[in-house]
Amino acid sequence: MTSIRCRAQTFEAEHPEEFLMNVLLILPILIPMLTAVLALLLQKSRSTQRAVSSIGAWTLFAAAAWLVVDVWRNGIQAAQMGNWPAPYGITLVADLFSAVMVLLAGIIAAAVGMYSLVSVDAQREEFGYHSLYHFLLMGVCGAFLTGDLFNLYVWFEVMLMASFVLMALGGERGQMEGAIKYVTLNLISSALFLSALGLLYAIAGTLNMADLAYKFSDVSASQHPGLMTTLAILFMLAFGIKAAVFPLFFWLPASYHTPPVAVSALFAGLLTKVGVYALIRVFTLIFLQDVGYTHSLILVIAGLTMVSGVLGAVAQYDFRRLLSFHIISQIGYALMGLGIFTASALGGAVFFIFHVSIAKASLFLVSGVAQRLYRTCDLKRLGGLYQTQPMLAALFLVSAMSLAGIPPFSGFFAKLGLVKAGLDTGQHVIVAVALGVSLLTLFSMLKIWGEAFWKPIPDQSGTTGGLSGVRLSNWLFPIAILSAISVVLGLGAGPAFNFALQAGEQLMDPSLYIQAVLGGAP
Amino acid sequence: MTSLILRTTTRYLTPLLLIFSVFLFLRGHNQPGGGFAGGLVAAAPFALFSIAFGAAEARRVLQVEPRWLIGVGLLAALASGVIGLLGGYPFLTGTWGYLKLPGFGVLDIGTPLFFDLGVYLAVIGVTLSIIFALEEAE
Repeated sequence: MTSIRCRAQTFEAEHPEEFLMNVLLILPILIPMLTAVLALLLQKSRSTQRAVSSIGAWTLFAAAAWLVVDVWRNGIQAAQMGNWPAPYGITLVADLFSAVMVLLAGIIAAAVGMYSLVSVDAQREEFGYHSLYHFLLMGVCGAFLTGDLFNLYVWFEVMLMASFVLMALGGERGQMEGAIKYVTLNLISSALFLSALGLLYAIAGTLNMADLAYKFSDVSASQHPGLMTTLAILFMLAFGIKAAVFPLFFWLPASYHTPPVAVSALFAGLLTKVGVYALIRVFTLIFLQDVGYTHSLILVIAGLTMVSGVLGAVAQYDFRRLLSFHIISQIGYALMGLGIFTASALGGAVFFIFHVSIAKASLFLVSGVAQRLYRTCDLKRLGGLYQTQPMLAALFLVSAMSLAGIPPFSGFFAKLGLVKAGLDTGQHVIVAVALGVSLLTLFSMLKIWGEAFWKPIPDQSGTTGGLSGVRLSNWLFPIAILSAISVVLGLGAGPAFNFALQAGEQLMDPSLYIQAVLGGAP
Repeated sequence: MTSLILRTTTRYLTPLLLIFSVFLFLRGHNQPGGGFAGGLVAAAPFALFSIAFGAAEARRVLQVEPRWLIGVGLLAALASGVIGLLGGYPFLTGTWGYLKLPGFGVLDIGTPLFFDLGVYLAVIGVTLSIIFALEEAE
């Protein structure tokens, strides 16, 4: 006879707020993982899989919102996984920036998830689309929450594995071509990241971010000034490839237009932002030894990224390729905040990342509707959407104007914050570049408007008949949600900006982060 | 490909490899080994089966879908982490109980074992999904 008895456990939590912290920080990783596993097990039944996937996405959103509220009220939160104290165990940390990024992941997950239900074909769903979708989200949320650089690498890999399969799933010719470029460049980036981690560990003996920040704020950094700058550049390269900054962005426009639109939108909304997040995190916390060099370099890269992205877009006549180039250009703005390196600039960057991810995902979803109607993304062969789909046209305008930075939409305030921070610090060149690129972005958005929406329906026999009769409410609803957020962010720019500013101030003061992770006296 | 040598060897190797995988899995608690290594070794006989007898036959011997193994393995790992969380500790905190076996003594059983069991199953599932897919693509 066997019997199992558990040792006495303190089931009543001694510190309720600590218990809450432990749960809140892991939920954004647990929920997508559970959803992905359930979707995997239920692969036989398409309808249950779809239900599980939707519930998972909305639950993630709710958990993320809760996390944001908690961090806003109680400051930076940290939890030690497995109860191994930092810096030996793996720490999960949520400051305002992390929490907001997780919320962003939740919003994109919910909206694009709804869109996937109507747009992704049955074959892909049966092959595990929903499962991969949530594995990707798990990787993204993990990357945002981890407080350990090696762990960040692991989350990157989780995210990339899922994205590789999502990119190639379906196996169309164009997809394979895009996927090969995407996989190759990302593997190079991972290799660089891993080598940089090895070097960093050799110097510091730790990869816990707070511990690194603490050690380098002290003496050891000055012993290897050259090596530290080399390391900073290695990290900049590794994360730069993921974030698609100049001159490392070529994989992005070569691949983002190939998978189904829902996948493009998810990637556009989240993946490059993880790269930007990692850049901002390490360059506000760890590599602060030679700000004059590294952050000026970032500023130059930011300017070049903006310009090259928007100029690349000018030449494009494919709806999704054009938007892909704009992703690059917008990454430049987020980096501009990091390069200027003041609390208000970083706050502007946080606000900008949030705004641009939503606007971008929304625009990609619009391109998907156009593709659904015309079976093409070629702007020259699109037309008349304003006449046949006025609702779609209105939603496109909201996101497009927001992206270009026209008041009263969110983009205007995001850019205003960055420009003001630039003027305050006397960085006139980057401000001029940012404003010029805004103008070109507007031009580019107007080109889409003119070609796809305004001009008369091109003469195509067969495809144009009865376009106005197609019922699209299920396609438009997720776009409407994203557009509504864009509008609300614009109208409520005051409180939203205040929030972003707080996030920026937290980022500028690494001691808060260090204290949250390592406790009072490390 | 039909090879009498491979087919015969596979039959004899299968039980040995499976027992060795369990040994590796349990040894991994304090020494080199563990769920990952054990899982790879456990996948080996089925991989051999699919080479010697074809993927369909290997699937029949395995009896469950490899995908199902991945799912159950991940669920086990997830659940072992949540147990610590329910006790008021951070995710993945080791929680221990003991198993009394009459005439044998007391056996400590903890969540790390279940976590590793999850890894073991997931590794078998992933490895076999890949191998079967490659075998069937030919």
